[in-house]
Amino acid sequence: MERTDNSMDQAQRTAEYKEYSPRESRLSEERYLLFLEDITAVFDGFKALDVEALGIEHNELRVIIGPNGAGKTTLCDVVSGKTRPTTGYVFYDGADITNQTEEEIALRGIGRKFQTPTVFDSLTTYENMELALPGHYRLWSNLFGSTTKDQEERILEILERVGLIDELHREAKYLSHGQRQWLAISTLILSDPKLLLVDEPAAGLTDAETALTAELLLELKDDHTLIVIEHDMDFVRQLDSFVTVLNEGAIMAEGMMRDVQQNEEVIEAYLGR
Amino acid sequence: MFRIGALKQVGDFLQDAGRSKQSSTVNRGISFFVPWVLFFVGLVVIPLLYYTGLITIGTVNMLGRYMAFAIVAVGLDLIWGYTGILSLCQAFFFSLGGYAMGMYLAHHGGPEGIIDANGWKIPACLYVVYPYKVGEAPADALVPWFWKPFYTLPVTTVLGLLVPGLAALAIGYFGFRSRVRGVYFAILTQAITVAGWLVFCMNNMKLCGTNGLTRFDRIAGFKLTNPSVKVSLYVITLLALVGVYLLCKHVVKSRVGRILIAIRDDEPTLRFSGYKPYIYKLFAFCLAGMIAGLGGMLYAPQMGIFTPTNMEASASILVVVWVAVGGRGALSGAILGALAVNLLYNFFTSEKNLWLLTWKAEYWQFVLGGLFIGVVLLFPGGLIDLWRRLVGTQDNDITTYT
Repeated sequence: MERTDNSMDQAQRTAEYKEYSPRESRLSEERYLLFLEDITAVFDGFKALDVEALGIEHNELRVIIGPNGAGKTTLCDVVSGKTRPTTGYVFYDGADITNQTEEEIALRGIGRKFQTPTVFDSLTTYENMELALPGHYRLWSNLFGSTTKDQEERILEILERVGLIDELHREAKYLSHGQRQWLAISTLILSDPKLLLVDEPAAGLTDAETALTAELLLELKDDHTLIVIEHDMDFVRQLDSFVTVLNEGAIMAEGMMRDVQQNEEVIEAYLGR
Repeated sequence: MFRIGALKQVGDFLQDAGRSKQSSTVNRGISFFVPWVLFFVGLVVIPLLYYTGLITIGTVNMLGRYMAFAIVAVGLDLIWGYTGILSLCQAFFFSLGGYAMGMYLAHHGGPEGIIDANGWKIPACLYVVYPYKVGEAPADALVPWFWKPFYTLPVTTVLGLLVPGLAALAIGYFGFRSRVRGVYFAILTQAITVAGWLVFCMNNMKLCGTNGLTRFDRIAGFKLTNPSVKVSLYVITLLALVGVYLLCKHVVKSRVGRILIAIRDDEPTLRFSGYKPYIYKLFAFCLAGMIAGLGGMLYAPQMGIFTPTNMEASASILVVVWVAVGGRGALSGAILGALAVNLLYNFFTSEKNLWLLTWKAEYWQFVLGGLFIGVVLLFPGGLIDLWRRLVGTQDNDITTYT
């Protein structure tokens, strides 16, 4: 059955995911890059996340939406290793990464942009980009290595694209919120991970900037897998992708944006009772 | 209200090393020239003044010791100014180096003829802590095993670097692996310094107790009282300072330097980029520890005595004051600060008859305290930054990248 088929309800979708559990089936790796199973995250008695099954396919752009406190960011935290899930498994590319550290997960090729753009304040735009270059994690290569011409060109190319080229040697603390947002996205693009977790890329951006963000993310889709968390519905419409709706930690509905928008439950969760 | 505000400011200052205006990439102008001017003065002007008789050998010797302090300060700047980790055990590492060199010097100094049952000459200062009269050496008064490797100068030099380095590795490994950060790491290192001090003060540790290591006569066969030997030690210390400066300069200019600054700014984010911050913290901490050990090794022969007072808790805090006064996050600031504060110390601890009052050496504590508070409140960027502000070159917004 085609998963964009809107006649499927969420229980059926979950059942379909479960058939592909990497613990049961070898088929999973071929279909899903990331697979979450029975994930719960409990903070101080409060269940922030309760996902029965969720799979992200290779080269997919998945948008996760949901009202405040739905567990969107917690989901990212669990995948990137910032938060250990209370129960459950996270499989990435066929391997169980549930209990790995942040840096181990990052080295496997999962990159992340945080909700508030995190850049290194005392470093210049260029230096921030340099740190994001992949393959320079060892002490020795950082002590004696230097940025190659190709890498420099790649950095300049990305910065040109997002309009940060004039801020090349400005320390990041002097950048505006929008510029910091761009810089955070640029470092993520430069680090070239297989799976990108992008938490609210459009927050605090103007309409024109938002459109460019959508364009960039759609371009990346060709050879990357992306999970985008977003509040801004216009932006989600621009992405026109498969959407997962989270509510109170659990998956409420999945489908294309146009179908999800018609879902009574989703409308109620967003607008309140 | 003001007091609370001021206290908070001091706290923030210690915590957020370099987060203020002063940062690594600013004021290339002055911070670039200061060390080379200092090195020129040290290497050419000072010996010239000495050989023309304008300053005494005592002054040259004193400057040599202050250079040794400057070496320690550069190390602290690497770990505090750049990486943002306040270490309060630099004096401990300094003393480990100092004790290593001190043991070598004690082996080759003092009265001859006090031989233990195995034929080793018992160092004079060690004999003091044995409960025997001078001249009698019972069978159980032996030179302890850990004194023996320090008999030759090359082994001593290696151990003087290795021991503080390994101590830093041990402290850092457990501290950084368990993600001990901020003020907790400062408290941890402070506690280790105090523990170290207590251990070195004990007579039965056979490290000569509170008397310290004394009776230094010869280094590599040369008499320490000889003025030309003193000048040589001064020059060696200065060259070591240049070497340490260039080494640290290379580190902070490399990508490692940027990673260290990134750790200072936002360590958790760095993890998500795939770097293991503790490796880099460990590297900086060990390097700073070894540099402090080198400072101690150069200090001991110039001072002529090495006692546990060098590793008192206050000694480590003094290193922090040097770096703060000079300017955190600028290696030249650390050198400038160490020299400036120590020269002030030298000036203010001599008794002077002023017009209304007699200046006493104890008053120095007020000057030091005032200096530190003044730096925090008025010029958090230190002397290096003050200069830039006076001259008015506003080049810190736009940094030149090469």
